Amino acid sequence: MRFRSIHTIAAKEFQGYLNSPLGTLFMMAFLLIASFLFFRDFFLVGESTLRPFFEVLPWLYLFLLPAITMRLWSEERKLGTMELLLTAPVTPAEAVLGKFLAGFGLLALTLLLSGILPLILFWIGQPDPGLIVGGYLGALMLGASYLALGLYVSTLTDNQIIAFILSVLWIALFLAIGQDVFLKTLPEPLVPVLRVLSLEFHFEGLGRGVLDTRDLVYYGSFLFLFLYLTITSVSKRKWK
Amino acid sequence: MSAIRVKNLRKKYGSFEALKSISFDVEQGEILGFLGPNGAGKTTTMKILTCFMGATSGEAVVAGYDCVTQPLEVRRRIGYLPENNPLYTDMIVYEYLLYAARLHQVPSALVSERIRRVVEDCGLTEQVGLPISSLSKGYRQRVGLAASMIHDPEILILDEPTVGLDPNQIIEIRTLIKKFGKEKTIILCSHRLPEVELTCNRVIIIDLGKIVASGTPASLRYLVEDHASIRLTIRGNPEKAMEVLHTIPGVKKVEMHPVHEKGARGYDLHIGRRGDLRPLIAKAIVSSELELLDLRKQTVTLEDVFSQVTQRVAA
Repeated sequence: MRFRSIHTIAAKEFQGYLNSPLGTLFMMAFLLIASFLFFRDFFLVGESTLRPFFEVLPWLYLFLLPAITMRLWSEERKLGTMELLLTAPVTPAEAVLGKFLAGFGLLALTLLLSGILPLILFWIGQPDPGLIVGGYLGALMLGASYLALGLYVSTLTDNQIIAFILSVLWIALFLAIGQDVFLKTLPEPLVPVLRVLSLEFHFEGLGRGVLDTRDLVYYGSFLFLFLYLTITSVSKRKWK
Repeated sequence: MSAIRVKNLRKKYGSFEALKSISFDVEQGEILGFLGPNGAGKTTTMKILTCFMGATSGEAVVAGYDCVTQPLEVRRRIGYLPENNPLYTDMIVYEYLLYAARLHQVPSALVSERIRRVVEDCGLTEQVGLPISSLSKGYRQRVGLAASMIHDPEILILDEPTVGLDPNQIIEIRTLIKKFGKEKTIILCSHRLPEVELTCNRVIIIDLGKIVASGTPASLRYLVEDHASIRLTIRGNPEKAMEVLHTIPGVKKVEMHPVHEKGARGYDLHIGRRGDLRPLIAKAIVSSELELLDLRKQTVTLEDVFSQVTQRVAA
């Protein structure tokens, strides 16, 4: 594993986000919706907290994050540049990690910019710093999981739109298995298992500022599994 | 040591056998033309040599490294221009070359020197600041070629580098390839015969996954024995003309075809490769009181070789 190769690919993809309308639109959409959610409850409830923002985050991510992973591999397949990338002295793992880090970097930058919201809280009130740090940590890990899943789905098709829709569906499935509406229709013994597997379940604690190792292990495993699947999928290269 | 050694290479896609045990060597500094109709297995071979794809069985050694066990070492030493010249069209030419240089692990201190060099060699000085999407097909091809050489590879593999270019652009790319061929080993895949004939020292013709002929362009011409090597126009009784032509020793076959001149017919003579029969033919026709209007020697083109060897396999 060569760090320089990972860095080269990550830098190229990250630059690509910033140069194209995609990255800017993603950041603008995210920040606008986040600010709207924040200020709506801020004036209504008068509480110094980011909780309403973190509560909606799993659903806000659902439509925004697949938009930044959809092109990462499907575009390479469509343009045929996949062949250039994989005949360069680069291993599939390096290429996958590079692309993942580019998406993660964009997410991290966006979350950093949203830091203006907690700053406002500190300016006018006395929020709990632990809650905010925990929430942001959770936001990063939840986002990383979505990105890894989206990256994997992107290797499955050369059509970006299909990659987007498939990613949304997959993520929605991982969210749905934590919802009571859905769980009530299932046999009793399955419920706790599915709930533990759901993406949202593990975010609830973090959103409340509670750092639980089980949540960290869950997101770590989710991330690892999908990055591993992506690497396997790229290595196989059954296409064409 | 040969730059590329391929031994009993086979590739199956499901039940379809794309390569049926091919073997060949490429010497250092050679420009090898890899010729074949579409779907013959050219691109498959190139994908195996660049370690993009594994072979079903057999061995491929490039620059002394095995394509299966040491793919990264192989890739470090080859420059590859895939079929259809894929490019990141949203990038600026300079950005793209910089990316290619870093991806191929060109040492940081050498990067700008290497970019300057390939930009100059490929005639891209004016285009270096433009987005790739704004370039014409010919210039895009140059960008692809420039990127494939950015790390100064020992071996260049070019898959159909001139497809879709106009005649002037083809000549330019061909000149470039010849220039690089002075220092590097090149495999040039093509189904365009003049291209291979003009640039390569050696040609391999492949069809239906097999090598059907190999040699210098000149030696390949001799492969075609029964070609129509002499073309005649004779005025006079066709039956008599046929009879006379058949009696000439060395003539294997005569074909008659209509021509635009009144009372005349055209004749194609298939002869063996030995000796020049033209004086003999002229004498025989004139002495039998037929009128000889035209006599022309046909040179065999690689095209004839190509169509003949590939047809043989098909049949």
